[in-house]
Amino acid sequence: MASNIVEARGVTKDFGTVQAVKGVDLSIAPGELFGLIGHNGAGKSTLFKMMLGLIPLTAGEIRLDGDLVNGPRFRETRRKIGYLPENVVLYDNLTGLETLHFFADLKAVARSECAALLDKVGLANAASRRVKEYSKGMRQRLGFAQALLGTPRLLFLDEPTTGLDPGAIRDFYRILRELKGEGVTMVLTSHILAEIQERVDRLSIMEDGRIRATGTVQQLREGMNLPLTLEIAGGAGLREQVSRVLEGLAIESIEEAGNTLHIRLPRDAKMPALTRLATLGEAMRDLHVREPSLEDVFFGYRN
Amino acid sequence: MLSIDLKQIGIIAGKEFWDRIRNRWVLAVAIVFTVFALVIAYFGSAQQGAVGFRSIDVTIASLVSLVIYLIPLIALILGFDAIVGERERGSLDLLLTLPITRKELILGKYTGLAAALAFSTIAGFGAVGLILSPQLDLNALFHYAGFMGSAILLGFAFLSLAVMLSVFAADRTRASGLAIAMWFFFVLVFDLLILGALVVTAGDYGGDIFPYLLLANPADVFRVLNVFSLDEVRTLYGLATVFPEALSNPVTLGGVMLAWIVGPLAVAIWRFER
Repeated sequence: MASNIVEARGVTKDFGTVQAVKGVDLSIAPGELFGLIGHNGAGKSTLFKMMLGLIPLTAGEIRLDGDLVNGPRFRETRRKIGYLPENVVLYDNLTGLETLHFFADLKAVARSECAALLDKVGLANAASRRVKEYSKGMRQRLGFAQALLGTPRLLFLDEPTTGLDPGAIRDFYRILRELKGEGVTMVLTSHILAEIQERVDRLSIMEDGRIRATGTVQQLREGMNLPLTLEIAGGAGLREQVSRVLEGLAIESIEEAGNTLHIRLPRDAKMPALTRLATLGEAMRDLHVREPSLEDVFFGYRN
Repeated sequence: MLSIDLKQIGIIAGKEFWDRIRNRWVLAVAIVFTVFALVIAYFGSAQQGAVGFRSIDVTIASLVSLVIYLIPLIALILGFDAIVGERERGSLDLLLTLPITRKELILGKYTGLAAALAFSTIAGFGAVGLILSPQLDLNALFHYAGFMGSAILLGFAFLSLAVMLSVFAADRTRASGLAIAMWFFFVLVFDLLILGALVVTAGDYGGDIFPYLLLANPADVFRVLNVFSLDEVRTLYGLATVFPEALSNPVTLGGVMLAWIVGPLAVAIWRFER
């Protein structure tokens, strides 16, 4: 069995009398795209910084690829990781290429990698421009290129699509898919839950310094037993027909928006409801089963 | 304990140094030094009714007064945001996720900034030295080189203090305020306090320790170091009779200056690593 690339055990962080992280256990397998979500103040940024070795732990330990994050092999450990901060602040007076050269030198990576990385993030044409002339999105992409220096085994991405336009976001996730294919493990935080719900393999929801739940999006949905929504399009009189065939099932609500009905019902009522709706025949033009979104799941765990 | 990687220090230092070359900081400071030094060399004796270069002793005495104001200020401005600036901009976290220790980062920053300061000092005062060289003998050139060397040490000491407060300060605004306060204290207030204490006590209490109190101020160490190496100025200042023999030893004074460089930097590293 391959050992976990991130292993956190009993991780606790106190800031004076405030306990920001409370005994967190977390395991991330090699090659996983792992999400860490939580509202502001939930402790995810603190946990993230502890995983990066930026702040010391009050208790517990974090191992990256088997080594303590700030242990005796810290240089080797750091060379295995890449980090993209939320607000990428680089050096305005350097060009894009010079910026990568600087970070490549510190990571002991050959400078010859830099041009290819700039090309990969779509900045090849801006390589000789000074960073102060870069837009926010370009800085974010340069920061991403910096994180990719030295082909890291583990990437930490903090709100990575901040400032990116839709096209750049698509390109960003395309690169993440390629990296995943190469076996790179990625840990990302994001407030844009819709953006990550289809992309992460697993995620943890943090609340009040603790991990409330960890799993795939589907596992978290099932764990919460949140209601599903059936969206049914049809003609006049559809609401009455639907209400009649679903009579006796534990329907939570039926709302009408134009020619579409939105029916909320418990997960275990889905199959009986679909069986009965099938009897409506052509009165029903379209049917769509909408699972709870990650946002629904997130707020479900918070409440 | 983690070992020190000199290569990492060199990379950080190189970036800091070339940043100052590139943004013309080094050039600007060198020009300031050159212009002021030339003006002082040629008009420094105007109060005595003479204009033009007189002697290296008198020129250095005038330059010492200039450098005591100027170099601490420049060094403090150069270093006050070395760490707090990176922290406030948000680039510090990114740097600290790289294979570099906090100690290496501070030493790299300090080395790069110190190199920029030394380069401008040498360029600025060195240019004046070249201009004056036809009128200087070997002994005078030696004194002038000693003055430049001590000016560099003075800059290093105040840069070390600046980096220390940059580690302690919560933000750049406070760091700049502390830097200004530090300049006022060491350059303007410190001597007044000692003088005031001497006058109030009429020299009756602890009069012997007052000369040694000057060692608690790198600006005074610089002043004493230069004044005592120049016979003409030593007599001019009337210091030959009031100063203990131990203080007139340039090696001792140089050692004190080195302590002023190493001490604050060591405190900065200790605090930054916590």
